[in-house]
Amino acid sequence: MLEIRNLHAEIGGKEILRGLDLHVRPGEVHAIMGPNGSGKSTLANVLAGQPDYEVTAGEVLYHGKNLLEMPAEERAREGVFLAFQYPVEIPGITNAYFMRTSLNAQRKHRGEEEIDAVDFLSLVREKMKLIEMDEKFLNRSVNEGFSGGEKKRNEVLQMALLDPMLAILDETDSGLDIDALRIVANGVNTLRSEKHAVLVITHYQRLLSYLVPDVTHVLMGGRIVKSGDRSLAEKLEESGYGWIEEEVAKGGAPA
Amino acid sequence: MSEGARERFLRHFEELQAVLPGSDQPWLVRMRESAVQSFRDQGLPTPKLEDWRFTNLKALETLDFRAVAASSVPNVPDNVLDGPRGAVGDAHLIVLVDGIVDAALSDLKSLPDGVQIRSLAASITTEPEKLENYLGKLDDPKLRALSALNQALFQDGVFIELEAHAVLERPVHILCLQRSGDPPTAVHPRNLIVAHAGSSATIVEHHLRMSPTQALVNTVTEVFVEEGAHIEHIKLQEESDSAFHLAALFVKQARDSRFRSHSLALDGGLTRFDIHAVLAEPGAECRLNGLYAPQNDEHIDHHTTVEHAAPHTNSFELYKGILDGSAKGIFHGRIHVRPDAQKINAMQTNRNLLLSDRASVNTKPQLEIYADDVRCSHGAAIGQLDEDALFYLRTRGIDAAEAKSLLTFAFANEVTAELPIDTLRRYTESFVMDWLPRSNV
Repeated sequence: MLEIRNLHAEIGGKEILRGLDLHVRPGEVHAIMGPNGSGKSTLANVLAGQPDYEVTAGEVLYHGKNLLEMPAEERAREGVFLAFQYPVEIPGITNAYFMRTSLNAQRKHRGEEEIDAVDFLSLVREKMKLIEMDEKFLNRSVNEGFSGGEKKRNEVLQMALLDPMLAILDETDSGLDIDALRIVANGVNTLRSEKHAVLVITHYQRLLSYLVPDVTHVLMGGRIVKSGDRSLAEKLEESGYGWIEEEVAKGGAPA
Repeated sequence: MSEGARERFLRHFEELQAVLPGSDQPWLVRMRESAVQSFRDQGLPTPKLEDWRFTNLKALETLDFRAVAASSVPNVPDNVLDGPRGAVGDAHLIVLVDGIVDAALSDLKSLPDGVQIRSLAASITTEPEKLENYLGKLDDPKLRALSALNQALFQDGVFIELEAHAVLERPVHILCLQRSGDPPTAVHPRNLIVAHAGSSATIVEHHLRMSPTQALVNTVTEVFVEEGAHIEHIKLQEESDSAFHLAALFVKQARDSRFRSHSLALDGGLTRFDIHAVLAEPGAECRLNGLYAPQNDEHIDHHTTVEHAAPHTNSFELYKGILDGSAKGIFHGRIHVRPDAQKINAMQTNRNLLLSDRASVNTKPQLEIYADDVRCSHGAAIGQLDEDALFYLRTRGIDAAEAKSLLTFAFANEVTAELPIDTLRRYTESFVMDWLPRSNV
């Protein structure tokens, strides 16, 4: 589904990704961990089409198509979703209006009929129940005055609603208490199927106890330096990244 | 030497003098003569005046405007009203064509008891003593040349009187239609609103050009809001790119009264709107809201003055501008607190969204506070669309053009959300939503 080869990307002339390779198949959940500044958020932003980042080398294929050539909105319509680390507040547009506009943009792209306000409401209510979110958030401006946790939950709500083929969660767990974490993980788990894939970018192992990845990767210095199963995440939680840094320094090939 | 604007308008006075209403009323004759004198002394305002630094009327000097006499206004077909009526919806309708009330086009059936809506010219004939108490009491021709011009030349307008405790449920829709003309027309309608104690009404002053040609409107509205009365005044401006729209709103508020002004300057070539609200007695509160949206080379200038003349008075002001092309916006907000006016709240905000790097805004708060127990805040901002918000919307599948429209709509929302008529609010919202030309994105 997603094939990243030798990806190099920079922002403001500073190279962040330095030859990243990653292969995600349908049905898989991949976790990407790494210390601050390793390029985790850059990867998420480059995949979503953030115009401030410049890709200087490499390629990204999504269902065989060149993802990097698509504008951000087209990526979204093709089923790529980014749950933001810092969701943007938009005063003056209600959450309901925003989400219906977005859902309809995607339905139109798929040649489906637009959903009317009534059907939308029953659909979004069902999804809100799933992630235990109060309906009052529908009539509030997008993310305006939401707490950190409410914003993250709102991202998961949009994800549940849009049903993306590839969901990228950029530190969705940061700032969440353990209950919220469980709920968010449940929301993501309902998306798991043979067709869907999820890329979980995180700093901590704790989300991964609820959202068990098929593969865990360590991102360091703009490259994937180690990949493994879930136990890799646990080892990172216990011992930190120092041992991997040593391994890399010794010239150990990325596993 | 060719005729300048001053000579031309003085000539208009000579031409119309015989047909101007009130020629048998000595007080009105005196008022007009003194106004003519004031205008002769001042001429049109020029950028040398501090209040006119950014708005230049010199284009008026060379345009050969002609005066329109009441008798020369031809009939306008009924169906012309369908579109403009839709903007406000169900309302008591009074129509002015070229500044003259057209009774046949108006619809003033089923007015409740205690409410009067009629032609100002007719009222000058039928109840001159009453009008003498109000007309021209709030604007000063010596301080404002355009008021002098209006007082000298007004032929008609709307007179609304609400008796004590009269409540008008449906809004009043004053529809000012300006026809095209060659040579271009100059009209000076004057409206008077008197809301006696405890009364309330919502009044829409809707200026609309029927075809895109040059013409001048120089209008003045005076509003008396007596004790405990509540007036909502909406000015909806949809004029052509080549129109000159000069307008003023003078308000005087008594004890515990409420007044809210909503200026929707959606379209208009060269626009100047002066608002002057006097909070004359304790407990009076006013809110001045505005949304201006000039495109191309349109120019929209708002000058507001709130005068806190009594203690325990509040004023709130929110103006938002959306500017595209090489448009120009001006907001000048003056707050004046008199020395004996304690316990005052005065808030003023002006925010501007520039959608093009050729558009520009001049914003200036002017605070003159001579009392000590005053809470006053003001803020001004000029910015572009938020790139982060734009990207966020795009990552949800919304294309760049629609995302820009949505964010523009969101920007205007603070003002549109406060509009007291749902139909008009939706009308304004769709105007903003459809405003950005797709090709521009």
